[in-house]
Amino acid sequence: MCKGVAAMSETLSAWQLITSGDATLFSIVRLSLAVSLTASAIAVIVGLPLGALLALTRFPGRWVIIVILNGFMGLPPVVVGLTVYLLLSRSGPLGELGLLFTPSAMVIAQSLLVLPIIAALTRQTIEDLWLEYREELTAIGVGPIGRIATLLWDGRFSLVTALLAGFGRAAAEVGTVMIVGGNIDGFTRTMTTTIALETSKGNLPLAMGLGVILIALILMVNAAAWGVRFWSERRAG
Amino acid sequence: MLIRRMFSALAVLLMLAGAAAAQDQSIVVASTTSTQDSGLFDHILPLFKEKTGIDVKVVAQGTGQALDTARRGDADVVFVHAKDQEEKFLQEGFGVERFDVMYNDFVLIGPKSDPAGIGKGDDIAAALVAIATKKAPFVSRGDKSGTHSAELKLWDVAGVDIETAKGPWYKEIGQGMGAALNTASAMDAYVLSDRGTWLSFKNRGNLDIAVEGDKRLFNQYGVMLVNPEKHPSVNAEAGQRFIDWLISPEGQKAIGDYKIDGQQLFFPNASQDRS
Amino acid sequence: MRAASSDLPLVFDDVSLMAGDTIILDRISLAITPGAPTLIVGPNGSGKTSLLRLCMGLAAPSKGTVSWGGRTHSPGTRRAILFQKPVMLRRSAAANVAYGLAQAGCPRSLRARRTEELLDRVGLLPLASRPARRLSGGEQQRLALARALARDPEILLLDEPTASLDPSATRFVEEIILAAAQSGTKIVMSSHDLGQVRRLARDVFFLVRGRVCEHADAARFLDHPSTPEAAAFVRGELVL
Repeated sequence: MCKGVAAMSETLSAWQLITSGDATLFSIVRLSLAVSLTASAIAVIVGLPLGALLALTRFPGRWVIIVILNGFMGLPPVVVGLTVYLLLSRSGPLGELGLLFTPSAMVIAQSLLVLPIIAALTRQTIEDLWLEYREELTAIGVGPIGRIATLLWDGRFSLVTALLAGFGRAAAEVGTVMIVGGNIDGFTRTMTTTIALETSKGNLPLAMGLGVILIALILMVNAAAWGVRFWSERRAG
Repeated sequence: MLIRRMFSALAVLLMLAGAAAAQDQSIVVASTTSTQDSGLFDHILPLFKEKTGIDVKVVAQGTGQALDTARRGDADVVFVHAKDQEEKFLQEGFGVERFDVMYNDFVLIGPKSDPAGIGKGDDIAAALVAIATKKAPFVSRGDKSGTHSAELKLWDVAGVDIETAKGPWYKEIGQGMGAALNTASAMDAYVLSDRGTWLSFKNRGNLDIAVEGDKRLFNQYGVMLVNPEKHPSVNAEAGQRFIDWLISPEGQKAIGDYKIDGQQLFFPNASQDRS
Repeated sequence: MRAASSDLPLVFDDVSLMAGDTIILDRISLAITPGAPTLIVGPNGSGKTSLLRLCMGLAAPSKGTVSWGGRTHSPGTRRAILFQKPVMLRRSAAANVAYGLAQAGCPRSLRARRTEELLDRVGLLPLASRPARRLSGGEQQRLALARALARDPEILLLDEPTASLDPSATRFVEEIILAAAQSGTKIVMSSHDLGQVRRLARDVFFLVRGRVCEHADAARFLDHPSTPEAAAFVRGELVL
């Protein structure tokens, strides 16, 4: 009985910390969003055209690339983290850049994690669309770049879903950012690494409270994307 | 055109972030999870920053990993608690000089149900023998950390050959002190912990201190500057200032002042005669 | 920019089209000349769609040659084709037409005005900002027509454009087609509706199982078909 009350009061004080707009919490949330959104943006800039290109071109060994790309959607975050760590370490090939244990390293690593998701899902979407649009676009005489642009725009609703899948992966993972960021207080500490830290310190109610906030954040991003899609669909069908 | 603009903006952002990381006024200190989990850094680092303006970025890993990070040149200073491993690090030429900073002690934590029948005492060797004989559940860090090294040494001192004696009762989890305590709490098992982490640990369950005060549970912390001759990128000047501060009377007092629930966690013991 | 040379006459010289072992078109020789609409008629599966695709240049014949104005290679800038189920882009009706104009090289400054003109010509101006995919079948067909006309084509190929439309929509589309024909566009259209043949065609090619069975003036084909298959077809029987 007493233990239950104690646990509840701890949870309550954790929530108070959360809802009082604590400055540290705010900076942790801001860093998490900045890193994951930037990584997703990079993955989109590279992955969208890559996926579209893969969908529309034919060359020997194409199916090998597609299988690898699809498989990389499930890259283990810790492995990516370790690989980027070894690359960016001072003793590694890119050590000169001095990027290890900084938010930049976290963005780079997460971009690598999200890129296969964007590219693979884009490829599938564009390939399906191409089946439908092929004759028409060929008859109109649209060139290769025009095809990519047209299909990417017309497939935008499915592509937004791919984008959200990619962002969700980035925002939810802890292995990559922990290794390449170092979980440095006030500098590379994100929501997920904080949750891991608080858990290891035994502050389970606080960790859980942070977990709920993280889920709420991800849901808000999804809701915003849904809103944009809904509004835009009403305009363009 | 728009895409080109976005690319260059991104490149600038990345470079700025990278440049910010390489400022003079910050150093990377590789330390241990137990030191971080105890909350010591939250207490002393703001004092150092106020005095010198230097930002100390602590990357908390196990001792083994921290020393490895330093070997790779990814840290400027290393601050751990495993003297044997630290001496080896020095011998390999990766460190400049080693200084004692502070000590705390280990405590043997166990469930109130006490399956090994240890009771409360101050003889760690006897306790470990009892645990091994009765095959009572025991959680080990298993991660080459300072605590793990100390634990292995203690089995040795107790005359138990842990390599042959271990069985399903001995659980090596390969994680930090907090995780080890969580696991022990969930399984009602024994675990060797540093006092600092134990004092700030909140998820105790049925656990309490079983053995403390044995001189063999003494846990010494040392600090070293990573050798700039091996890694020219080391910020030697700022790193040395941090070390100097830690062992100075001011830094030592800051360490001693850190308390949880009125209890002091770390006992400063830097040698005050340095040439 | 207008191509200097014309795509007409469109000539098939002993053209065959195969898919694997199946013969789709069998030694076809015909010429499509400028003037009033030409209709391609025949039962389902007789190869009408394939013929139109070859006219457009979307496929190459397995044997024989297709030539446009005497050339065997002609970029398709002065030809347009309307498929039976046209694909609407996921944007507004106006944007669909503007897309066609852009692809045809219409400068940006003129695009808005020409889009309006084309939509008006097909009677879709009030629906300009409606999402194209939400239009009815007949409206989509008219929109596709506007998109095709945006190319200002010399030859307009249509594959059974009114097959799934109700009579009033059919009439609307036929009016647009006739108007285009009158302003100089050569219409080549496939159909299995004999009434449509009577209303629109000057000359008719009758296809059965990939062969041109008969080629005649529309009136003569309908009233005095010279082949037994054509006679059966005109009577409304199934031609196997």
